[in-house]
This record gives sequence, structure tokens and C-alpha cells, in this order.
Amino acid sequence: MTPIELQQGTHCVIGQFRAMASPCELLLEWQDMALCRQLTLLAAAEAERIEQKYSRYRPDSVLSLLNANAGQWQRIDNETAQLLHFADSCYQLSEGLFDISSGILRRIWQFDGSDRIATQAQVDALLPYIGWHKVILKQQQLLLPHGMELDLGGIAKEYAVDKVMQLLLGQFSTEQLPSFVLNFGGDMCCSAPRHDGSLWRIGIENPALADQAISAVGLNSGALATSGDSRRFLLKQGVRYSHILNPKTGWPVSDAPRSVTVAAPNCLLAGMLATTALLQGANAQAFLQAQGLKYWLVN
Amino acid sequence: MQLKRIANISTALAAASCSLLGHHAQAGTVLDDWQFNSAILLYNESDHVSAGEGILTARGDFGDDHFLNLGLVLDALTGASATGAVAQPNVQSFTRPSGRGSYDVAAGDTPLDDTFHDTRVQLDASWEQPLAQNWRITAGGHISKEYDYLSLGVNSSLAYDFNQKNTTASLGLAYSHDSIEPEGGIAIGFAPMLLRRNFASDDAYQSAFNATRNRADDTKDTLDVLLGLTQVINRDWLMQFNYSLSVADGYMTDPFKLVSVVDSNGVVQQNLYENRPDSRTKHSLYWQNKLHVNGTFLDASYRYMWDDWELKSHTADVKWRLPLGEQWYVEPQLRYYQQTAAEFYLPFLRQNAALPEYASADYRIGKMSAYTLGAKFGTTLAPGNELSFRIALYQQKPENDGVTAPGVLAELELYEKVTAVMAQVSYSF
Repeated sequence: MTPIELQQGTHCVIGQFRAMASPCELLLEWQDMALCRQLTLLAAAEAERIEQKYSRYRPDSVLSLLNANAGQWQRIDNETAQLLHFADSCYQLSEGLFDISSGILRRIWQFDGSDRIATQAQVDALLPYIGWHKVILKQQQLLLPHGMELDLGGIAKEYAVDKVMQLLLGQFSTEQLPSFVLNFGGDMCCSAPRHDGSLWRIGIENPALADQAISAVGLNSGALATSGDSRRFLLKQGVRYSHILNPKTGWPVSDAPRSVTVAAPNCLLAGMLATTALLQGANAQAFLQAQGLKYWLVN
Repeated sequence: MQLKRIANISTALAAASCSLLGHHAQAGTVLDDWQFNSAILLYNESDHVSAGEGILTARGDFGDDHFLNLGLVLDALTGASATGAVAQPNVQSFTRPSGRGSYDVAAGDTPLDDTFHDTRVQLDASWEQPLAQNWRITAGGHISKEYDYLSLGVNSSLAYDFNQKNTTASLGLAYSHDSIEPEGGIAIGFAPMLLRRNFASDDAYQSAFNATRNRADDTKDTLDVLLGLTQVINRDWLMQFNYSLSVADGYMTDPFKLVSVVDSNGVVQQNLYENRPDSRTKHSLYWQNKLHVNGTFLDASYRYMWDDWELKSHTADVKWRLPLGEQWYVEPQLRYYQQTAAEFYLPFLRQNAALPEYASADYRIGKMSAYTLGAKFGTTLAPGNELSFRIALYQQKPENDGVTAPGVLAELELYEKVTAVMAQVSYSF
């Protein structure tokens, strides 16, 4: 069981835990410590369930087993099937830029602030094992070609926020619904507007000023997700290589914003749009404008 | 190109995210999923037993690792099975085990009881769930009914995962109570098989027949203990070790089997009903390896079994699942089995030797070797629906355990091979 911590804030009570390598918190408008504790425990358990199931760091996770058994047809459970079908939609709609099979590029690209740029030969060796279109996904069957690997790191955290939100909403009737915010390492979702009419003030991190929030976004419902990371880059001969990799070329996307935040009805949608925007590189802003949703860019 | 790139995808993506999140609102923690497996098996021994079997199993997923397993098996057997009596150079007559009616066996033929037919229905159920973190418990029971046989049992097992779930230790216990009520009652050990033609009247025959029986039914109790260890060696290799102990107490004689008493010329003087000990303690060691090798699956296992009837057996089994195109797989199988004879196994008794305490001429507890050669072909028809076909050839070769056959028996086949063909169709949905 994930340990949780409770705190009393001025305008809310806060439950905290760690999951998916991120600090996670639940902010509850009602000054009810016992309720906050109960909800945080539920949230932590569900986040842990999803992490255990889809973490690539756990050799016994459903995801690791799928990768281990690449090369043959595998039966997948309902939940995994639906996640993969969603990833498929993301791949199709982003025209191949959002690709959960591109994680193996990590083997040659380590964004540790150094100048270790991968060579074209290294990239060429990996490209044959990247490409979601090579994966055959049926209703509950998956054929992942030999040598390929899936990584749900780009979906799992957002998915966990939405799933936990669903789980917690199920604990209340619509008339009795308190306002609370789930924030899993910057991906967040709000249950309902605050009863006092104020907005939840959520800070968006400025990648240039590592730990200082540049702007506080007012949120009263829906979700926010941010893509981009100030601390992950490579710098060589004055060129900054972002950690956003184009799965088609195997190279970092150039001229991408440092971070993109998108507001959307749910966290998955917000997250996918933010990531896809970064993958557009210089066209990120035009892409975001076309989506008709609120967004914040940090260049 | 530019225009295409900045298309609005948020509406379609929103629909996709809602379909992902909306499907089961209870966060994947409450699943109500049933998985069914069905199979039909046909087994045909040349000139002997034919069997047909239908199997239906269901596994219900109640979420949070709670499962209900249900099974139904229907068996129908017909045909002839070896009685244990020896072949003779002349026609032999046998009384049916019920005492009513008789049948003749041709010269040179291994005596088979051709009235062998039975139908069996078995139901079993078990529930499994986590007990505490890293602990799982399973509890279940079975009931199996044949015309003259009833088996009732309960079982439970406990498994503990440790070493980051790479190692699982398990303890299983099972108890079953079987009762048999053969038609015509249970023969006293070594009672003679009587023939109607040797009696003057039906009444005289019937009262003599009744005197060979002392009870209508009998029972057997079996306790099984299993200790298991499963180890993940690496992500492509799983190894399992089991030790099991089985202690049975009660009636283990086969009420339909005979032992022939022969004279020094090998001529049958009389056929007696067999007699086996009423307790048996079996031990077995099992080692299994499941390997994933270049997109194929190899399953290799070995079992060594020994018991206080001095029967020892070795079983080696190898299955290898290979992809056959994108949708099919083929799984060849080779299984080899070898056993030594139980200490009281005798192909026949000698007329002038003292009667042993126990004796059975049932080839199934005599010295023998057997192999199975088979192949399974499987495919996915629709998502989640798998169809497979299996065909196998089985051959059992009873062997002489150093017994010299006197007189006429030297010319006869006392250790007849049994060859069978099995065909199975399975469908899971």
C-alpha cells in the first residue's frame, strides 16, 4: 500500500502520495480530514493498480509481459485492449507522430543535459522496430512484432487521473459532490466548481525557471495536462535538442516549444493534445489554435 | 501539407478518450468477465475401449483477482478391456462380473470383457482469491458419478509470492472419498470365477456365486498433499518443482479383473478375482520448464513417481508451440512413459505354488512403457475465440518382467500392445 500524507491548507485539505514516479495530490474544498483521507487512500490504490499494470519498470506488469511475448498473438484483457485502441486513435489522428512503439529510442537518446547525440547509424538500427502500423490489434488480441516494445508512459498518468476521478465521483451523489482536484505530477482534473465560487489556482511550471510557477491558471472544472520538460535536453554546438522524439525519423523534434499545457474535458484528451502539439515542432501553436481548446505555451 | 497538419483532431480524440473512459465506469476494478473453454475428445483403442468425452469449463473474473472456476465433464466409454486372464490355445468361457451371462474368447485371443461401458459425469468448482498481500487461496470440490462409482472430494491450496513475485511457493491439500457398488457385489479376494455350466441348476449356481461375494459396496479415502515451487528464471523461462504425496486407504482392487491359475503346461485351471492391498502411498516429483525461445514456446517436464506397491514410473513430456503464419500455431508433442511392475503383479498364478497375499494380472500395473506422439493446431477465429485441433497416437507396450511362461503359454501373446488414437477439438470463447 502506498503511504499517504495529509495536510491542512487555507482553502482546502490536501492528501499526498507518490505514484508513477510523480508526486500526486488530492485537494479537497471541504475541510474534512477524514473524507480527504478516505479519498486519498482510494486514489492511491487505483493509481498503484494502474502503475503496476502498465509500468515498464515492473517485469511482471501486463505491459512488460506483452513486450516479453512479442512475436506472437497475445490475448489482452478488456482494459488493456481499450487503452491500446485509444493509442491507436492517437496514432491515426496524429498521422503517426504519437506512437507508443517509439519508446525504444530511449536506448540511444538520453536527455541528461550532455552533448551525447545519437548517430544516424544508431537511429537506423532502431527504426525497423518502431511503427504502430506494424502492430496488429484486434478486439482482444495483439500481435506485437518481434523486437518491438510498447511504452504507455505517455498515456498511463493521464489515464490514471481520469480513472481515479471516475472512481472518486462514484463515491458521491451529484447533489452532494464536493469540489476537489487531482494533480498527478502536473496532469490534473477537477471534479466540480468550488462552492465558494472561486477558482482553483493551479500553477504551470516555467521550464526556464525550474521550480517557479509562472502563471496560475484558474480551473473550475475539467482537466489540464502539460507536456515538455525543462530538465530533459541535449546541447551540442549551441543546438538544443528537445526530448520530444519524432518516431518517424528517430530524431528530436526541432523548434518545439519547451512546454505546452492544454485544458480539456478530461486529462487523456488534454495530455494527448499537448504531446501531439510538441511533436508538431514549429507548428505547435497553429496546431493548438486549430483544436479550439484553451492552451498555454512556453517557448 | 501544412494545412493537413493543423487539422482539428480534438473532437475525434475526445470521442476516443470517452470511449476508453466510459466503457466500464468502475475503473477496471470490477470486472465481470467469463471465459469458457469447451472440448470434445474421442479416444479409440484398436479392438478395445472407445471413449468420447465432452468438457466445458468456465472461469469467472469477479475483479480484484477473485475467480470462480466451474467444470463439467461427460465421459462415455464402450468396448472391451483386458480382464487380466491369459490367452489359451482353445476357446475360453467367462462369466460376466455381474454373475449374469457369459461370453467366449477365441483361441489365442487376449480375454477382453466386451461389456465394458460406462458413462461418467463430473462437476467441479473452485473459488480463488487473494488472502493478504502476496497470498492467494483456492478452495473447491468435485463430484463424479458413474453407474457404479461415486467420488466426492474437497481441495484447497495456498500460494505465496515472494522475491518480487519471481518465486511462488504453494501448498495444496485434497481429500476424496470414493465408493464403488459393482453390479453383482464385490468378490472376495481370490474368489473363483464360477461358470453356470458347471452347476446343475440356476439356484445352485446362484448360491455358489453369492458365496463368492461378501459385500455390495466398498469405499476408498485418499489424501493428497502437494508442495510446489515456481521460479521465474528470467523473462523467457519459468521453472516449477512439485512434490506430491498421496495416501489412499480402502478398496483398490479392480472388481472386474481376474488372475488365471495355470498348471505346469500353462493350461488354465481356474480364474480367480484379483486381490490388491488396501493401502497405497505414492510420492511424486515433478519438474517443469516453460521457455520462450524466438517466438516459440517450449514446455518440457519430467515426473518420477514411486509408491509402496513398488511401482516406479518416469514420464518425460515435451511440447513445442511454433507459429504457423500469423494466425495459426502448431504444437507437436512427444511423451514417453515407463513403469516397473507393482510387487504383487503376476501375469498368472501357478497351480502348485502357494497363493500369495496379493495378486493382480492387470497390465496397467505391470512393467510397461508407453509413448504419445501428437500435434495440436490452433487458431484465433474471432477476437478472443480460439479453435484448436489435436490428434495423437498413443501406444502402450506391456513387457515381461522376467516370468517364464510354461507350456502352451510360451506360444501365446501374453503382453499385448495397445494402440490408441485420440482426436480432440477445443474451442474457447
